[in-house]
Amino acid sequence: MLELIVAICILLSLILYALMGGADFGGGMWDLLAVGSRAARQRKAIAEAIGPIWEANHVWLILVVVLLFTGFPSAFAGMMTALNIPLTTMLIGIVLRGSAFIFRRHDSPSETAQHRWSMVFGIASFFTPFFQGMILGALTTGQIRIVNGQVVTGFLAGWLTLFALACGVFAQGLFAFLAATYLTLDTQNEPDLQNDFRLRALCSGLSLAPIAGVVFLASKQGAPEMYHGLTHWWAPLLLAWTSLMSIVALVALWRRWFALARFAAIGQVTLILVGWCLAQYPNLLTPDVTVNNAHAPEATLRLLVLALGTGAIVLLPSLAFLFHIFKGRESR
Amino acid sequence: MNAFFFARSQMAMSLAFHIIFAALGIGMPLLMAIAEGMYLRTGQPVYLDLSKRWSRGTAILFAVGAVSGTVLSFELGLLWPGFMEKAGAIIGMPFSLEGFAFFTEAIFIGVYLYGWNRLSPFLHWLSGLVVAVSGVFSGIFVVTANAWMNSPAGFNIVDGRITDIDPIAAMLNQASFHEVLHMTLAAFVATGFAVAAVHAFFLLRNPNSLFHRNALGIALTVACLSIPLQILSGDYSARVVGRLQPAKLAAMEAHYRTQTGAPLLIGGIPNDETRTTGYAISIPRGLSLLLYDNPNARVVGLDEFPQNNWPNVWIVHWSFDLMVASGMAMLALAVWSGWLWRRRRPVTGHPRLLRALVAAGPLGFLAIEAGWVVTEVGRQPWIIYGLMRTEDAVTPMPWILAPFVAFTVLYIFLAFIVFFLLRRQFLEAPGPGSEPSPN
Repeated sequence: MLELIVAICILLSLILYALMGGADFGGGMWDLLAVGSRAARQRKAIAEAIGPIWEANHVWLILVVVLLFTGFPSAFAGMMTALNIPLTTMLIGIVLRGSAFIFRRHDSPSETAQHRWSMVFGIASFFTPFFQGMILGALTTGQIRIVNGQVVTGFLAGWLTLFALACGVFAQGLFAFLAATYLTLDTQNEPDLQNDFRLRALCSGLSLAPIAGVVFLASKQGAPEMYHGLTHWWAPLLLAWTSLMSIVALVALWRRWFALARFAAIGQVTLILVGWCLAQYPNLLTPDVTVNNAHAPEATLRLLVLALGTGAIVLLPSLAFLFHIFKGRESR
Repeated sequence: MNAFFFARSQMAMSLAFHIIFAALGIGMPLLMAIAEGMYLRTGQPVYLDLSKRWSRGTAILFAVGAVSGTVLSFELGLLWPGFMEKAGAIIGMPFSLEGFAFFTEAIFIGVYLYGWNRLSPFLHWLSGLVVAVSGVFSGIFVVTANAWMNSPAGFNIVDGRITDIDPIAAMLNQASFHEVLHMTLAAFVATGFAVAAVHAFFLLRNPNSLFHRNALGIALTVACLSIPLQILSGDYSARVVGRLQPAKLAAMEAHYRTQTGAPLLIGGIPNDETRTTGYAISIPRGLSLLLYDNPNARVVGLDEFPQNNWPNVWIVHWSFDLMVASGMAMLALAVWSGWLWRRRRPVTGHPRLLRALVAAGPLGFLAIEAGWVVTEVGRQPWIIYGLMRTEDAVTPMPWILAPFVAFTVLYIFLAFIVFFLLRRQFLEAPGPGSEPSPN
């Protein structure tokens, strides 16, 4: 029971990371893709939207990691061993993205300096989510095997499959869509910019459908356990809700109901991650490592749940305060 | 040169890089909060300007610290999966608490850096204070995890399996208090002296700048108040290490043979073959006196341990001496500054002191780096002292050379950029004698 609570908290942190940190990556993508006469203003809007919150947004990832290695130490050890290469690459992306963003803000305002950091920021924002999607996908392929606590399938298993690659592209598309949708609300006082981001949100949102199709088709061969998980009784229900959310998001964007669009986009991302988890439950690293065989002893889990509860008391009001200060006006 | 060597090098390099930003992340918010607090009390715009300028530098340092810290949380598993598999359940707790403390810090640094015009002055100052306090807490939690590696507690081993895990007891292990105290003070000492050096440098150029005089005043006060406490905590730390990890202490002091009335050896060339330390400055009975307040006390030497359980004596001993020497030099500067202050002489207008402060700028960070070398190299060959050898915890991944090179190049690049951006910040500071504007 306790291990399930910790696992749910990990999933929640992952969802919040995707919703907040993911959108920051998406912002970086749109920064790189900014073109036309309004490119500079688009970049400025993106920087202002993510500036105050990106540091906090990225702590969700640290939370995922520490909860994983405290609650499920052997799962953590297995993942970090088998997926060493894509994880290391992802980390380089995280370092470059974060530092380039802050360097750009504090370097000389000259065109060359700004352009240089924009390039680093944008490119890192593009490839980091690709590796994140790939890593999550790799966990469900079933190709990473662990025998007696040792990874026996080497360092290339899982993450180089079509399914994992498709998950990588899907993560990129999802984050780009989230960011553009949020940005329509961040630019309410600048209708031309709002239009730009509306168009970007519609395009990326529409492109998600075929990518999702590829992920689903690839999962039949590439992630069979998850594919079979999607044949449970609840799967059509979840799929219907997810599709409904994405359609609502697109229609709302079309009709310029931006607050509704953001709500639906958040719902869509949440349901996708929830579905991904339910379909592979109880696996953490399919098929050998599960919530039931990898969890820490009860004493640790009990304290961890206690710490999570106490931490949330500090964390949630602080976060609410942060978003109230910097995002409060836009959302009203 | 195998994967194990590169894994250790990558870990060492990542920690050595991160600790600078982590220490500044603890120290700078305090300086900013003091400056802004002075502004709230006195209403003098120079203090507001000061806290704004410091906060801009802190924004850069904090971002680099945050990303390099994220890398470290993964590296624990990427490089040492064997360790995390065993230790995760025992010491994951302080890491989780650190996660929350760091989260709070990251939230309020956003509020602080971007909220100048969105909050009342008092609320803004308060959020700076929250950054300072949560920064200290996140340091405390992480250091307890390191202390556990040096002094494992909170579990039993039955038939080679770990049982009876008690994460609270693990967190409150015997090494926690002295390590936490020493590291927290170190952050204040290093930040204080480094910031003092920067402003002393500009004061030598423009002796009348009110901006730099106030800045130096705050930084130097923090530095001078914390360094004497740090020396005391260092003395206490050595005594605890002598009790908990006698082999590490023996290596720190290059003390090979167990003896009563042991001398204190400064510098010298430790030789594992002959088990002597040549050319050292030797203070008779000094070590016995320092450790046990008794000139005839018996001090355990390295000869009580099998040689394959020794750390690298040369590195540990010299790092230790480097740390102590840096500490003593900073203490001397603090005494000098304090003496000038007592005599009501202008501390910030004393060119010789200013030059000495500029020279002493890196000493605090030198001491931090050297001190962590003592702690970490001195713990070897163990990753969990006395229980698990570092070589048994390393990842089976054979190509560790690649990430080691990649992260080294990346961090050198970042260090270079951070240096130039901070320099840019400082050069934008007000010119000779000019009064800074309120914004």
